[in-house]
Amino acid sequence: MLSTAVSIAFLLVAAAFVMALLRLLYGPDQPDRILALDTLYVNTVALLVLLGIHLGSALYFEAALLIAMMGFVGTVALCKYLLRGDIIE
Amino acid sequence: MKLRLLPHPLLTPALTVIWLLLVNSLSFGHVLLGLLLGWLIPIFTLRFWPDRVRVHKPLTLLRFVLVLLYDILVANLGVAWLIVRGPRRVKPGFVEVPLALRSELGISLLANTISLTPGTVSAWLSPDRATLVVHALDVDDPEALVATIKHRYETPLQEVFEPC
Amino acid sequence: MLEIILSALILIGALFTFIGSLGLARLEDFYTRLHGPTKATTLGVGSLLIASMVYFSTRGEGLSLHELLVTLFLFITAPVSAHLLAKAALHLRLRSIAPVPQRTEASDPRQANAAEDSATPPQG
Repeated sequence: MLSTAVSIAFLLVAAAFVMALLRLLYGPDQPDRILALDTLYVNTVALLVLLGIHLGSALYFEAALLIAMMGFVGTVALCKYLLRGDIIE
Repeated sequence: MKLRLLPHPLLTPALTVIWLLLVNSLSFGHVLLGLLLGWLIPIFTLRFWPDRVRVHKPLTLLRFVLVLLYDILVANLGVAWLIVRGPRRVKPGFVEVPLALRSELGISLLANTISLTPGTVSAWLSPDRATLVVHALDVDDPEALVATIKHRYETPLQEVFEPC
Repeated sequence: MLEIILSALILIGALFTFIGSLGLARLEDFYTRLHGPTKATTLGVGSLLIASMVYFSTRGEGLSLHELLVTLFLFITAPVSAHLLAKAALHLRLRSIAPVPQRTEASDPRQANAAEDSATPPQG
């Protein structure tokens, strides 16, 4: 039962990836694309956690944590670029 | 002297707990290492923490956190339902919330709280820090929304962090 | 029993992740799209992380709580990035269904300068 649930969850998360990718491709503006990237990062964390449960391995959490952090830093840097036209002042 | 040795009494246990979660173990050695890190990091990063955080009413804070968790759950169900129902039915709008909070910590906590709850995202803070512009996904009565934000979130935050 | 709870948590989490991204694809202007990922997705991933916490804690290898750290991190950072994105969107004056308050547009002289600067792509 658990493995069925995990399979369905994989499908749903994959569909979520497709949605975010569509938004990334079609834009129409820069903040939309940044938001899509941010969503992709969060979805990746979800996917890694699912993979951890599926494989029964706790190794993936470090990766999930790092991706969550990098995603946040990346989003902030990109927003800062839009706001100021510069990242490091 | 006490101030120098332990500049932020709340930061030390928080850092220790984060360290223990990070290594995912509760052995004596890690508790000791965590305490050491929790003691040293605040001292070395003293310049980045100009204000001491004081919690005045811990019980109010606890109640606030519980209310917040409940609201996050309900808000998420609401937003999910709005998304599933389709974009045609939503009535988005900007509302301006006049702020009574003054400290940086209070305002950031309020802004984060607003972003996490009932279909609202804090979008812009006026330069004089007197108004917070909030975008709401589905708003019928802007004034009711402002009143809810003020008495549900701002008042407890003010009691906890900025007592008069 | 435990398996039912776990499956439910996993399915709820995945469903919310999906709905958040669906909102991103489906809603009509940037400001409404912002709500999908910042709320639904955060709760979805939070639910998945709780499921993982329960799963690894009940396998008999001791308590596993470091998922809490990821949850906490996401719950702290999601509003911050949402706020910055909304601010950037207001700064760029993106199309909005709802009327935008006048005061947010270049009332701060420093931001007005930045607006002029970013009209031409910065060099380097």
